[in-house]
Amino acid sequence: MARAVTNNRKALNTAIAWAIGLLIFFPILWTILTSFKTEAQAISDPPVFLFFDWTLENYAVVQERSNYARFLWNSIIIAGGSTILGLIIAVPAAWSMAFVPSKRTKDILLWMLSTKMLPAVGVLYPIYLLFIELGLLDTRIGLVVVLMLINLPIIVWMLYTYFKEIPGEILEAARMDGASLKDEILYVLTPMAVPGIASTLLLNFILAWNEAFWTLNLTAAQAAPLTAFIASYSSPEGLFYAKLSAASTMAIAPILIMGWFSQKQLVRGLTFGAVK
Amino acid sequence: MKLTVNALLGATALCTAFSAANAETLTIATVNNGDMIRMQGLTDDFTAKTGHTVEWVTLEENVLRQRVTTDISTKGGQFDLMTIGMYETPIWGANGWLVPLNDLSAEYNVDDLLPAMRNGLSHDGTLYAAPFYGESSMIMYRTDLMEKAGLEMPKAPTWQFIREAAAAMTDRAADINGICLRGKAGWGEGGAIITVTANSFGARWFDEEWNAQFDQPEWKEALTFFSGMMGESGPAGYATNGFNENLSLFQQGKCGMWIDATVAASFVTNPNDSTVADKVGFALAPNSEGVEKRANWLWAWALGIPAGTQKEAAAKQFIEWATSTSYIELVAAKEGWANVPPGARTSLYENPNYQAVPFAQMTLDSILAADPNNPTVKPVPYVGIQFAAIPEFAGIATEVSQEFSAVYAGQQTVDEALAKAQALTTDAMEAAGY
Repeated sequence: MARAVTNNRKALNTAIAWAIGLLIFFPILWTILTSFKTEAQAISDPPVFLFFDWTLENYAVVQERSNYARFLWNSIIIAGGSTILGLIIAVPAAWSMAFVPSKRTKDILLWMLSTKMLPAVGVLYPIYLLFIELGLLDTRIGLVVVLMLINLPIIVWMLYTYFKEIPGEILEAARMDGASLKDEILYVLTPMAVPGIASTLLLNFILAWNEAFWTLNLTAAQAAPLTAFIASYSSPEGLFYAKLSAASTMAIAPILIMGWFSQKQLVRGLTFGAVK
Repeated sequence: MKLTVNALLGATALCTAFSAANAETLTIATVNNGDMIRMQGLTDDFTAKTGHTVEWVTLEENVLRQRVTTDISTKGGQFDLMTIGMYETPIWGANGWLVPLNDLSAEYNVDDLLPAMRNGLSHDGTLYAAPFYGESSMIMYRTDLMEKAGLEMPKAPTWQFIREAAAAMTDRAADINGICLRGKAGWGEGGAIITVTANSFGARWFDEEWNAQFDQPEWKEALTFFSGMMGESGPAGYATNGFNENLSLFQQGKCGMWIDATVAASFVTNPNDSTVADKVGFALAPNSEGVEKRANWLWAWALGIPAGTQKEAAAKQFIEWATSTSYIELVAAKEGWANVPPGARTSLYENPNYQAVPFAQMTLDSILAADPNNPTVKPVPYVGIQFAAIPEFAGIATEVSQEFSAVYAGQQTVDEALAKAQALTTDAMEAAGY
């Protein structure tokens, strides 16, 4: 009897989890379905779900109109570059805050996070003028730096949290064995924090991939990533929902695939230290 | 003879080499709509004629506006050409941000531009952007539903007739709304239609001293009429409907009438997209009885050159190509006369091929009925019909339209909205030094 109750409860929990998962995924599913409809089907009322004339026409039009490969390459460079650069800066910073804290460490962490609370548009003009001066407008390197700076507080916070879970005695032992600071971070700390670093890397890659304010405002034709690619199909005067959906699907496909293959690491990293 | 041939060949080679050496790559910021996308597809023709190539930066209208404003105001130099509208052009021209287009070639025939468009894109008589296409507003209506209601649409109806017809055409059981109008907040969305409606009731945004006029009876009459008519015969939730939502409703046969941009005519009469393509009639935008001004707006998407571009000559060549009569003929040859960019040139409306397009004459009549220098009955200190061409307008009008949308959604009364609109406009204008 007890086993039956447990099984029923398990099934219920599974059903609830699936329902919530589908609810969260539904907007993406709807976008993908719409991308295979005609423009007329995309706006039909009542909406059609699965039973429509599936077409690849929108993908053909998008492919013909836009240089998808260039947008994709820019996204990879910008998101990848900013994440790697951020990690290079954040690992030593988080190490210092986790293992050699000062009485101001908490204040510094909070102050870093507070920069995320400033509306981005508030610093658009200063950064734009700076970019003009430095010749960084519409360059990938400019966006790598900006997105790294924007995401750096999150990277430091996440790594700090993971590092705090690692016993300091292990690092002390390494030091006693003669490890230098570099060796300690590279060969002792980093391998132990791999799940945390991996999930930080993945999360920040996704954040940088999806960032749309700076990537739209600081690029034109050369460095524009997939966010600009999507924006080019949005229109308040004309019905292009099916084409917009096709462009969106093409833009999110790489990150969806990456997320699918790395979901174990992502979940492991995000729950790292959550249960003691 | 041989010498002559050699000389000609040499000259040709030199010209080609010179042309190649001077070939530029132009970066053009533009909006995403049917006409602009068509132009992008025909860019090879421009490259073949001039040797210049083009990089397109296509963005959604509001994103584009923010993007190009940031760039031009900081002299960022990201774009050699920008697609801008009638609101920005005179302001940017006055600021010296745009290259004057006063030396276009004789072949271009600048006098062929429709006077309303040319004036709206000029400052102090100098043209600062060339119209790619222009639009006004007009009534698009279902001829079958009008007939079923036992009514006949006059060529130039009044608002009172429109309200009566809307009520007669409404059939809630069949999901047919007598009239569809924009209610969505935003100066270019719901703000545009309520402003021209107010004009046609004799209201104005500002008096000659730049004092806000929302406390005047004309505004109350216009807003009360608009929200009342839409409550009776409009679609549910119209407070969040913009151009696209209404286009979708009309194409699916759920609107008896739709008053909106003249460019929509080609969408609602396209049998590939519209279920009512063969049942659409057109009429002039309405006025209130006894008021001479109609609810016509005037807008153009135009090409302007930011001051300081290093490629001014090539940019002007592009403008002369994209806004010329030969471009119109190129589009007509490839996609038919119904798809040519409308509302920019007088000669287009004298062309018998274009006159055969069902909405051509009404589009022209609507554009001609719009006067940006005298948008309403009483005198105003601003230029513009659905906007006032001052930098502060976009921000103020967006807030005002939010108040009006709250009326449409039943969240506040007309009096409350007008009082708030009066207060916020007065504050903003005083802060701006008017």
